[in-house]
Amino acid sequence: MSGRGLGQLSIATALVLLAGFGLVFFWVPMDAIEGFRQKIFYLHVPLAIVALCGFMAGGVEGFRHLRSNDRRHDANSYVFIHISVVFGVATLITGMIWAKASWGHYWVWDEPTLVSFLIVFLLYCTYYPFRYAIEDRDRQARYASVFAITAGAFVPLNFMAVRMAESLIHPRVFATSQGGLPGSMLFTFLVCLVGVALLWVTLVKLELLGKQTSGQVSKLRRALEAEGFGKSEPTGTVGRRIAPNLEAR
Amino acid sequence: MTPFGQAFAAIVAKDLRTELRTMRSLPAMVLFAVTTFVIFRFGLDRTALSGSLASGVIWTTLLFAAVLGINRIFLPEREEGGFDAFRLAPVDRPALFAAKAAVLFLYLAVLEVIVVPVFAVFFLQEWSGLAPMIVVLLLTNLGFAALGTLISSMAVNSRARDLLVPLLLLPLVVPLMIAATGATTHLLDAGGPSYDKFGTWLLVLGLYDGIFCLVGYAVFDFLLED
Repeated sequence: MSGRGLGQLSIATALVLLAGFGLVFFWVPMDAIEGFRQKIFYLHVPLAIVALCGFMAGGVEGFRHLRSNDRRHDANSYVFIHISVVFGVATLITGMIWAKASWGHYWVWDEPTLVSFLIVFLLYCTYYPFRYAIEDRDRQARYASVFAITAGAFVPLNFMAVRMAESLIHPRVFATSQGGLPGSMLFTFLVCLVGVALLWVTLVKLELLGKQTSGQVSKLRRALEAEGFGKSEPTGTVGRRIAPNLEAR
Repeated sequence: MTPFGQAFAAIVAKDLRTELRTMRSLPAMVLFAVTTFVIFRFGLDRTALSGSLASGVIWTTLLFAAVLGINRIFLPEREEGGFDAFRLAPVDRPALFAAKAAVLFLYLAVLEVIVVPVFAVFFLQEWSGLAPMIVVLLLTNLGFAALGTLISSMAVNSRARDLLVPLLLLPLVVPLMIAATGATTHLLDAGGPSYDKFGTWLLVLGLYDGIFCLVGYAVFDFLLED
């Protein structure tokens, strides 16, 4: 049952995130060049990393669904991608705020990291209409898994290809040869990264629990209808949902 | 010949024969590309293009013409029961993927043989970059073929088929387009071709082709199950 431990997990998430933001605002030194506005780095970069890892994890779950034909993996894949798209929106928004403060423009087209993230984001936005366009449940799950695998393989490739068209205003804090981040910043960053990752896991679990519950509710409702109760009322089957169905079979 | 090879050859021959008799895809693709050139001629209001503008025009046009072909590559299978027949036949399923990709590759090659000279006549003053461009065209065609076959087979069984192909395909081919235009830009420079970063771009194209051929080959099985 994916609902187990959700309470503790939420508390842990809140604590780590609070600790992370405490470090960001009261402990970590100001950036020498960027000053206060650099602090959005501790939110923006973890969001982006977690979103991209979530997309790739969605691909792995899609692969496992095809291997095992187990509906739960399809549900995982769907929820991973769904929450990662939400994190992707947050990444784009925080990134645009930072870009406006730092470079003077909300969006810079010749910057590979921005463009490649946007492409990945747009690709995953088409996941929803794609799922919606397939009627048969089994086929929908299978095709969505194929999409998740293809797109998951595409994520690293896209970053590589776009980075070849190099230009370097976007900071590459981890890859630079002259040392990158000082220790205090790295520590704060890691705390924030763990916090955001925990937030992602919490949201995924919550979403899965919601899906499970609504699956059970509709199963119970159908059982009641079969007994002859409430037949006259229109039931909850109006409109199809694209989210995978988690009813126990 | 192995059973795989036999199935492959049979499907390719069947598709080419159908195309020769019905002319469903290729003429439309060619006509579309040539019309697009005319539109670019007036839209940009230039009689000569070079460098990044030239490579942008040729690749955008080829991409959208390819989408037309990709949309239709599985249509006869769906409408006239080709999928059912193939599922009944005791052959490897990836043979269908390989054959369809090969057919798409051939379509694109024919399209380019006709359309690239037209482009050169319309816009180019310096033709010497066209010979090395053949390598770029071949590698990009392979990427289009692998990815297009995969996307088309995913979209053909959905309700919004014609809508989904461009929607899914365009973001996925962005890296391919970046590499192809990057390699072509300096080939079409006004003062004759130069080979700045040419090898790197070809490497990106090759890697992209390799990965999506493998992905398509591996997952295609699951798209045919019913």
